Amino acid sequence: MEDLISLSSNFLYLAFIMYLLATFFFAATIRDKRGDKKSKTLNVISISITIIGFLAQTGYFITRWIASGHAPVSNLFEFTTFFGMMLVFAFIIIYFIYRLNILGLFTLPVALLIIAYGSMFPREISPLVPSLKSHWLYIHVTTVSLGEAILAVSFAAGLIYLIKEIDQTKSSKRTTWLEVIIYTIFSTVGFVIVVSVYNAMDYSATFEFTFNNEVTTVDYHLPPIAGPNDGTLLTEDRMDEIFQAPAWMQGVNAARKFNTLIWSLLAGLVIYVLARMILRKRIAAAIQPLLDRTNSDLIDEISYRAVTIGFPVFTLGGLIFAMIWAQQAWDRFWGWDPKEVWALITWFFYAAFLHLRLSRGWHGEKSAWLAVIGFVIIMFNLIAVNLIIAGLHSYA
Amino acid sequence: MNKVTCDACGHINPEGTVLCASCGKPIDKNQHIDGNENSNLLNMRYDGTARRSQTYNKTIVDKVWNFFSSVKVGVTLIVITLVASAVGTILPQEMYIPPNVQPSVHYKDQYGLIGQIYYQLGFHNLYSSWWYMTLLALIGISIVIASIDRVVPLYRALKNQRARRHESFLQRQRYFSKTEVVTEEDKAKVLASLKKLRYNITEENGHLMAEKGRFSRWGPYVNHVGLIIFLIGALLRFLPFMYIDDFVWVREGETKAIPQTNGEYFIENKDFILETYGDSEEDQRFAEALERQGPVAKNFQTDAIIYKNDGAEVVGSEPDLKVLKEGSIQVNHPIKFDGFALYQSSYQLNEFESMSFKIHEVNDEEELALASFTVDLTNPAYEYELDNGFRVKIDQYFPDYYLDDGEPRSETKYPRNPAFVFFVYPPNQEEPEVSFAGIGRNIDASGQNQYKIGLQGFDVRDVTGLSVRRDYTLPILGLGGIIFMIGVVQGMYWYHRRVWIHPKENGWWIAAHTNKNWFGLKKDIEKAIQNTNITMVKDQQDNNEK
Ligand code: HEM
Repeated sequence: MEDLISLSSNFLYLAFIMYLLATFFFAATIRDKRGDKKSKTLNVISISITIIGFLAQTGYFITRWIASGHAPVSNLFEFTTFFGMMLVFAFIIIYFIYRLNILGLFTLPVALLIIAYGSMFPREISPLVPSLKSHWLYIHVTTVSLGEAILAVSFAAGLIYLIKEIDQTKSSKRTTWLEVIIYTIFSTVGFVIVVSVYNAMDYSATFEFTFNNEVTTVDYHLPPIAGPNDGTLLTEDRMDEIFQAPAWMQGVNAARKFNTLIWSLLAGLVIYVLARMILRKRIAAAIQPLLDRTNSDLIDEISYRAVTIGFPVFTLGGLIFAMIWAQQAWDRFWGWDPKEVWALITWFFYAAFLHLRLSRGWHGEKSAWLAVIGFVIIMFNLIAVNLIIAGLHSYA
Repeated sequence: MNKVTCDACGHINPEGTVLCASCGKPIDKNQHIDGNENSNLLNMRYDGTARRSQTYNKTIVDKVWNFFSSVKVGVTLIVITLVASAVGTILPQEMYIPPNVQPSVHYKDQYGLIGQIYYQLGFHNLYSSWWYMTLLALIGISIVIASIDRVVPLYRALKNQRARRHESFLQRQRYFSKTEVVTEEDKAKVLASLKKLRYNITEENGHLMAEKGRFSRWGPYVNHVGLIIFLIGALLRFLPFMYIDDFVWVREGETKAIPQTNGEYFIENKDFILETYGDSEEDQRFAEALERQGPVAKNFQTDAIIYKNDGAEVVGSEPDLKVLKEGSIQVNHPIKFDGFALYQSSYQLNEFESMSFKIHEVNDEEELALASFTVDLTNPAYEYELDNGFRVKIDQYFPDYYLDDGEPRSETKYPRNPAFVFFVYPPNQEEPEVSFAGIGRNIDASGQNQYKIGLQGFDVRDVTGLSVRRDYTLPILGLGGIIFMIGVVQGMYWYHRRVWIHPKENGWWIAAHTNKNWFGLKKDIEKAIQNTNITMVKDQQDNNEK
């Protein structure tokens, strides 16, 4: 059993490294200016490495399934890494339709980041509570993630479109928002770095505070910038908090999560500022020249196509299968808990997207912004609803 | 109605037609409807058919129709609903706050001013509020009207279209090319390739139309029908006959009538089982997680027998129970019978079944029992005649005792923490002594009592909480879901592609249109003209915009 689990995590490492490697190769294809045989070989190598990575991650998935006795999609780590895997899968499908290397250069880093993000959460194999013990759980979770992953490809394409098309010669609302998106991505990188560093140092500080009239403790694994409201530090030799989280933050772990958020945003800011200092222009402006040879219309179409492929899959997994499962597990197919509501919001949003595109002619930039917003909603449901708005689905 | 006759082909079109349904020639006076007059390209959205909403705008009916058939309005409704739904998740809905608190107080206490505003605006019960329902209803109306407004004319146009198209129609398509000279051999090659790509080819005097995937055009209408069926199903849930939602507690060993079945069905709880992880060898793999999280439940299960009452028709008769079904009810595995389903949804461990008490003298160190009695907690007797001439009366019974500001009260009606106020009548005495007794408590309110009541023993059993459902709307909702899925897949995984080939002296004009996925259409045409000298179509949108 132990062997199987370590084999499983090795597969995941391998997959991670392959995706990283594939990203560099895709980058090389973009820089490559010759349309000759050599660049064809480069294409083949890039996509092959991606596929090897995907197979390795499939190996992780299967071995972990055998080890735990249930499909590994039941806690935040498993679900998030699976989402990353589906994102790669969705990319491979779309790559074979359009054969566009630039898409790999944007999608794979997103997948890498998602997997790295998921790996920051507890990774041990966890038991299933009775309501999760259903085949519909696997069916529901796998189809939702596939659907959302395909929709995420539309985000990657939308982002390419925006970076290429938005006029960078002068500062505008659009350039600012584009930088905000990039900063958000950097903050995720910041989160991964900060958490990894302090994990490696085994950092821990315990606070005691009163919650719902009971004395509770909470373990911080990052130095407390924001401590619990009215908390006292128990661990010696640790810095005390700089300020206290506001009292309205509910939940035992609210202050700790708030602290993590502050760390991520600060780390993201450091990375962003460093990058701006090195590049001496907006990040998007620095990337723009790489996209010179990209066909905007094609990118726009891919972004839309990903939505048309992903929307039915998402509806099936996120609404229909979800309802079947909820009916079995909780005797009602719909309960208005936050996770469900956000799935409905996602669905409404993409329905609006499709209508605007088909009937009101929202192409190009408008459509690209919508693809970005859609991804924000998906990520919000995937991460923020779990971390902030606790509901029935709350894994972590 | 003022029909419009096409001056090119003579086809008679309904008033408001933008492009002749037969040959496609733009009808001059109607180009403003689809905004064609400012563009080189034709708006092909509904093949330029006449739509009621674009044609009439006089009566109030017209105005209402036009309002709801507008996609702008539809999308606005969707976006409003979306934003409202999101607001409903900021704070927990009323159904998720603890059951024993006042919402008006809870929201204010827990979330301060924001909570109070949230509560007063009704966001705590958003999804069943009248205005949320109204939004959903408006979306429904909008879907119906918008669909009817488009589907009938579109159907007519696609049915009547002819292979021979007017030149101005062809030249103003997004994909278009002219080839001066086309050999017979090339012509044959193109047709063969198009057939191989599974295009249907129709011919009219040498004019050709290759078409595929027309059925995908009906996708949106099919999916909207599915949505409407789903909404109707959801509406029917408000009829009591269609949807039953109840709950029953059944103690171990007890047989109880299932609510809402008019005494027709009974359930016996043979055993309630709760398992947690960690007991078995198998669970070792979860050791690390269990250590971090604490105990995790593994199984909630009721072993039950369902009975049918054959005497149910005769009012007041004794139940005549026949075993209908025997099995276990687990989370995710409800038991089903005759349209009903019972779900494992709650439980109570170790509920008190009976308690026995004894009476002894207050100053007796040995607490020797002078008399004893047993109270059946599900159905307590109120008076007990005991040995040695003692008599006990139950003055008050608190099944689930707690102190509320010094006042004894019962939290629920279930014997989870029973407590009593007893009147103890010693032998030959008319005036009772008052005694309060419960688990771990024994209080003499007056301080003058001669006798004391002490707990001797008790029996406990588990109680299972089952929800009782009968939902005749599920098949309707399921049907709606299936139709919706068929519709979206039909409309999104297939595309309506048309290629028109127009013979011209020695050459060909080629024009092509698709409702989506232009890249795929381009690939098709590339394949069709491969190894011929025919000019590839140009994307005229490019010149248009840049
Ligand atoms: C939540 C509600 C709705 C959903 C999920 C939905 C879904 C869809 C989908 C998936 C399509 C096909 C889009 C495509 O193929 O790209 C579509 C098309 C369409 N929908 Fe809806 N719809 C909804 C509400 C509405 C409403 C309220 C209206 C009313 C204005 C409407 C009018 C239309 C129209 C006119 C089309 C285009 C049909 C065509 O061009 O052939 N829909 N809808």
